[in-house]
Amino acid sequence: MRSDAPRAPLGLKIAALGGLLFLHLPILLIFLYAFTTEERTYQFPPPGLTTQWFGVAWGREDIWPPLWLSLRVAAISTVLAMILGTLIAGAMARARFFGRDQLSLLVILPIALPGVITGMSLRSAFGVMDIPFSTWTIVLGHATFCIVIVYNNAVARLRRLSGGIMEASADLGANAFQTFRHILLPNLGSALLAGGMLAFALSFDEVIVTTFTAGQQSTLPIWMYNELIRPRQRPVTNVVAIVVFAATFLPILAAYYLTRGGSDTAGAGK
Amino acid sequence: MTAAVEFLNVSRHFGAVKAVDGVDLTIAEGSFFAMLGPSGSGKTTCLRLISGFEQPTGGAIRIFGEDVSTTPPHLRAVNTVFQDYALFPHLNVRDNVAYGLMVKGMARAPRYAKAEEMLALVHLEGYGDRKPAQLSGGQRQRVALARALVNEPRVLLLDEPLGALDLKLREAMQDELKALQVKLGLTFVFVTHDQHEALSMADSLAVFNEGKIAQIGTPQEIYDRPASRFVADFVGSSNVLPPALTQALGGPARWSSLRPETVRLAVTGPVSGPVTALRYLGAATRVVIRVAETEVAALVPAGQPLPAEGETRSIAFDPSALHLMEGA
Repeated sequence: MRSDAPRAPLGLKIAALGGLLFLHLPILLIFLYAFTTEERTYQFPPPGLTTQWFGVAWGREDIWPPLWLSLRVAAISTVLAMILGTLIAGAMARARFFGRDQLSLLVILPIALPGVITGMSLRSAFGVMDIPFSTWTIVLGHATFCIVIVYNNAVARLRRLSGGIMEASADLGANAFQTFRHILLPNLGSALLAGGMLAFALSFDEVIVTTFTAGQQSTLPIWMYNELIRPRQRPVTNVVAIVVFAATFLPILAAYYLTRGGSDTAGAGK
Repeated sequence: MTAAVEFLNVSRHFGAVKAVDGVDLTIAEGSFFAMLGPSGSGKTTCLRLISGFEQPTGGAIRIFGEDVSTTPPHLRAVNTVFQDYALFPHLNVRDNVAYGLMVKGMARAPRYAKAEEMLALVHLEGYGDRKPAQLSGGQRQRVALARALVNEPRVLLLDEPLGALDLKLREAMQDELKALQVKLGLTFVFVTHDQHEALSMADSLAVFNEGKIAQIGTPQEIYDRPASRFVADFVGSSNVLPPALTQALGGPARWSSLRPETVRLAVTGPVSGPVTALRYLGAATRVVIRVAETEVAALVPAGQPLPAEGETRSIAFDPSALHLMEGA
C-alpha cells in the first residue's frame, strides 16, 4: 500500500524536514545546555559537558517551593476538573433542556478565550471580592481550562456509549450506584484518565493565567522565567526545564495512547 | 389466577403527544402476549411502562396484582431483551449474563455456574470468554436473552428482539423463542411491527394505533374478525371493502373485510372488473381485480386455471366470509 502512494517531491520533503527541525531543535538545545560547563552565557558549541548542574539544582533551596506549588496546583485543579467536568458531561449527555447548547459553549469557552482575558477577569474578580492571592486563586484559574479538557474527553466517550446499557443495567436490578460503578466508570475510565493527565500537564506549565492570579507566589514556570533574566547558574534552569518536559510530556503521551482506540477528543484545542 | 400485567386506563403523554392514551389490557400469566402496531403507535412505550423506564401520566399499572406506579425499574420482577441488545461492551459474555446475579450479591462460583446454564439454554456453550463485539447479531441476541432470563423474571419483555436479524435466522429464532416460552412457562410480552411474527407466536395480541388499542384478542380472532379498517389493513393482506361495494355484494352498507383466500374467481357475477396484477407466491397465486375503484385480491391455489392480466372476472365467496367492521 505504501509503495503505491505517490512520492512527495523532494522540495516538499526538505520543507517538511526543515519545519520539524525548526520546531523541535530548540528543545534539544535546552537539553544540551543542561550539560554545559559555561554558566553565564549560552555559547554554541558548549565549551565542555558536565552533569554537575543536576546536583546543583538538587541543592538549590529556591527551586523546591515553586516545584511543590506547581505540583499542588496541578494536582488540585486536575481533581477538581475531573469531578466537575465529568458531572457536566453527564448532565449534557443525559438531559435535553432549554439553553443546553449555550451552556455547553460557556463550558468550553475558557479554552478558546486568550489566557490574558481569563487572567485579567479573574484578577479583577478576586480584587472586587477581596480574596487574597493563594494557592486556591491559582487553582481556580487553572480549573477553568482543566474542566474543559476533562469535559471534552468525557462527553466524546459518553456520546459513543450506547444509552441503552445504563437502562439494561437498571433493568437487571442494579441501583444507580452499581450502574455507575460497574457500567459507567469502566467505560468512561480511560477517557477520564486521559483527560486528567492532559489537564495536569496543562496546569503544570501554565504561565499566563498564573501570572495574573498568583500574586507574589511563583510556580515553577514563573520561577524559570525569572531565573533566565538573572545570569547565575543558568544551566540549572535547563535542568528544571527537563523536569517540566518530563512532567508534562509523559502524561500527554499516555493520554494519547489511552484514547487512541476511538474517535475521542484528547486535546481538542489547547 | 391473577393477571401478570394489568393496565387500567393508562396514559403516557409527552406534552401534546399522546404516546399511550387510555389503554386497558390484561396479560394472563404464562401467556405469550404480542403488542403489534406501526412505529409510533405506542407499543414500545407500553413496554417501557411495564419495565418502569416510563411513568404513566394517568391510570395504574399492576404487575401480579401489585401497583408498581412508584417502583423503580431495578426493583421490578421483569426483565427486558432490548431492541439493540444493549450488551455491556467491556464485559465478556459470561459476565454479561451473570450481571443481574452479580448486582444482587451472588458469589462468583454460583453465578458463573448459573450463567453457563443460561448460555446452554440459548445454545451458546463455550462462548463465555468472548466479548460482545466478537459475536454475530444472532449470537448477541441470544446473549441478551440469557442475560434477561438469568434473573428468573416472572415477565420477560422483548422489544422487537428479532428486528435486526436476517429472515432465516429470524424464523429460527421465532420457533426457539416460542419453544423457550412454553418450556419455562414464563409470561412473554413481545413488541413487534411484523404481523406474521405476532400472529404466529402469540397466544393473544393487542393491535396498537395512535396510542390506543385498536383490537385485542387471539391471533385467529384478529385475523378473522378485524374490528376496524385499520386492523384489517395492518394485520393481514385482507381486502377492505367500502360500504357501497359491500352492499353490491349482498351485505349492508358498512365497511367490511374479505380474506383473499375466501375469494373465488368466476366468469360472470354481480360484481366484476379487470385483472390488474398477478403475483406468484408458490402455493398460490395472488390475483388482483379492480372492481368499482377498489382492488380486491383473491388467492388462487396452485393448479387451478389463472386469468390473464386485463381479462374481466367477477368475484364470488361464501356469504359468511364477509366480515362487517365498525366505523364509517
